[in-house]
Amino acid sequence: MTISVIKTLKRLAAAALFAPTLALAAGAVLHLDKAPVSKDQASLQAGAKTFVNYCMNCHSASFVRYNTLTQIGLTEQEIRDNLMFTGERIGDLMKVSASTKEQKAWFGATPPDLTLIARQRASEFGSGADWLYTYLRQFYRDPNRPTGWNNKVFENVGMPHVLWELQGEQIAKVSEHDGVKSIELELAKPGKLSAQEYDKTVADLVSFLVWMGEPVAEKRKTIGVVVLIFLAGLFALTFALKKNYWKDIH
Amino acid sequence: MTTKSQELLNWIDDRFPLTSTWKAHLSEYYAPKNFNFWYFFGSLALLVLVIQILTGIFLVMHYKPDASLNASGIPVAFASVEYIMREVPGGWLIRYLHSTGASAFFIVVYLHMFRGLLYGSYRKPRELIWIFGTLIFLALMAEAFMGYLLPWGQMSFWGAQVIVNLFSAIPVIGPDLSVVIRGDFVVSDATLNRFFSFHVIAVPLVLIGLVLAHIVALHEVGSNNPDGVEIKKKKDANGIPLDGIPFHPYYTVKDIVGVVGFLIFFTAIVFFAPEGGGYFLEYNNFIPADPLKTPPHIAPVWYFTPFYSILRAVTYPLFGIDAKFWGVVAMGAAVVIIAFLPWLDRSPVKSIRYKGGLFKGVLAVFVVSFFILGYLGVLPPTPGRTLVAQICSVIYFAFFLAMPWYSKLDQCKPEPDRVTFK
Repeated sequence: MTISVIKTLKRLAAAALFAPTLALAAGAVLHLDKAPVSKDQASLQAGAKTFVNYCMNCHSASFVRYNTLTQIGLTEQEIRDNLMFTGERIGDLMKVSASTKEQKAWFGATPPDLTLIARQRASEFGSGADWLYTYLRQFYRDPNRPTGWNNKVFENVGMPHVLWELQGEQIAKVSEHDGVKSIELELAKPGKLSAQEYDKTVADLVSFLVWMGEPVAEKRKTIGVVVLIFLAGLFALTFALKKNYWKDIH
Repeated sequence: MTTKSQELLNWIDDRFPLTSTWKAHLSEYYAPKNFNFWYFFGSLALLVLVIQILTGIFLVMHYKPDASLNASGIPVAFASVEYIMREVPGGWLIRYLHSTGASAFFIVVYLHMFRGLLYGSYRKPRELIWIFGTLIFLALMAEAFMGYLLPWGQMSFWGAQVIVNLFSAIPVIGPDLSVVIRGDFVVSDATLNRFFSFHVIAVPLVLIGLVLAHIVALHEVGSNNPDGVEIKKKKDANGIPLDGIPFHPYYTVKDIVGVVGFLIFFTAIVFFAPEGGGYFLEYNNFIPADPLKTPPHIAPVWYFTPFYSILRAVTYPLFGIDAKFWGVVAMGAAVVIIAFLPWLDRSPVKSIRYKGGLFKGVLAVFVVSFFILGYLGVLPPTPGRTLVAQICSVIYFAFFLAMPWYSKLDQCKPEPDRVTFK
């Protein structure tokens, strides 16, 4: 009797183990390109410049101070000369000049603060950087949208394609296979930059957004290595201490 | 000891039980010598509690429980967490220690509870230790739930919204009760402030009291061990258990090894993966709370997901009351039923080492179902997943409710007279 019960239980356990694979599936899948995130200071500085010139007209980075950018290798003078335009002080937060109320009146919604955007956009489909890198390269012309733009990753996005002068204008070729709609993008009108140059500009911008999401990230890892080495040594020591104390216990 | 310090000690001992307490709980508290790996998690739970309290003290110095919007349109509470992460010296480390500590607490406590299951640590005469432990687990869940609201991100807000709404499903008193919990008709500044108060004062006080009771009760009856035999049955001429060794220095030096080993894993997460792949810090929680924008999928943090799955698995209304209410009842029962284990287990032996294949099989099925429930709780429900969750929920309760029968039917091996060592 007991033996057959155990067999049934074993079968149940095996069935239960495979249940999650059955339970999965369904749900939309987002295909994201892998973002070439760089920690190189030249890339971060180029990204900062794009951010200030294009994004910060509407989006703030209200948790970051201008002088925090000294951490990516800029001097305070360089920051003043190249990245500050409206008489802020070097210790000020990177806010937009318009108030959130004005923005709401102009755009219908306040453009989100971008300080943490790279951490917010992470998902099971990829890192936040992957999402941003794909999103900023997949705007296309759509006459049905009030801005004239749509996006493959962020359908019916409220933001127009701010970098269109650089990338040019893409159009969508919609095709259907077995009832599944797929969109292919095609460059209809080239912009100031070649495709490779544009990808590099976006990669630098995304690298900057990743850095801004957690400026302490690199320092954190460096300290972590020291802490782990210390703990490994301490472990050996405490283990020897324990062995010594316990040698008389039989 | 020099005579001067001996005199001081005598002076204190005449007025306060210092030496006798030290002896009773450390230098002359005899613990079985055969503790294995599983016995680290009790002291580690205490360590994590201390980490949470110490880091919590520093976080409260800079955190602001305020849901109003600052000049940039960001809630003050959310902004104050980012302020801690960016501008408070060492603030990022304190915050990551605290957020990782929350998950570590549950990992350690789940393993500690599983140890109890393996070796029958809840059996007579340790029923009260087990009941105090279940209450600690309940208090810990309340503490974690309320703490999770404080960063005031999207998941903080909507998670609290979903869970507090559950209380409104209770007949008659439900709607008023949920208003009392929130202090408002929706999750708002009032909710944030009362959760803050509970998280930093009320629940920690209860938690510390319960932990004290847990340890005092343990030291009254003595520790169980992987063989599940009582060491107090065989004593030497001085009344000291033959298989017992003084907790200090033997287990203090051993637990220090456990502490350092744990810290290696813990700091590796803190310094290299503090988001825990989106499970320790959910990605959506980096978005400030927005009462007007419901996220498409609201998932609780991983340590609640097995119980959340049980809640969602109940889909039938009963006696004219909403299924949601019975889900809440099932979820509550799933925790409370743990406290009844001492009276459900009728096995002649305590430890899994001497239990038969039946118990081992049932335990394996139970553990697998618990993991599946946890996994499903992270995902949005589909009819297929709900069915699997229902099967696993039935297995979860059957493990407890059928125990009086299968633990008796089980073919156990004879227990040894004394503990096995080496």
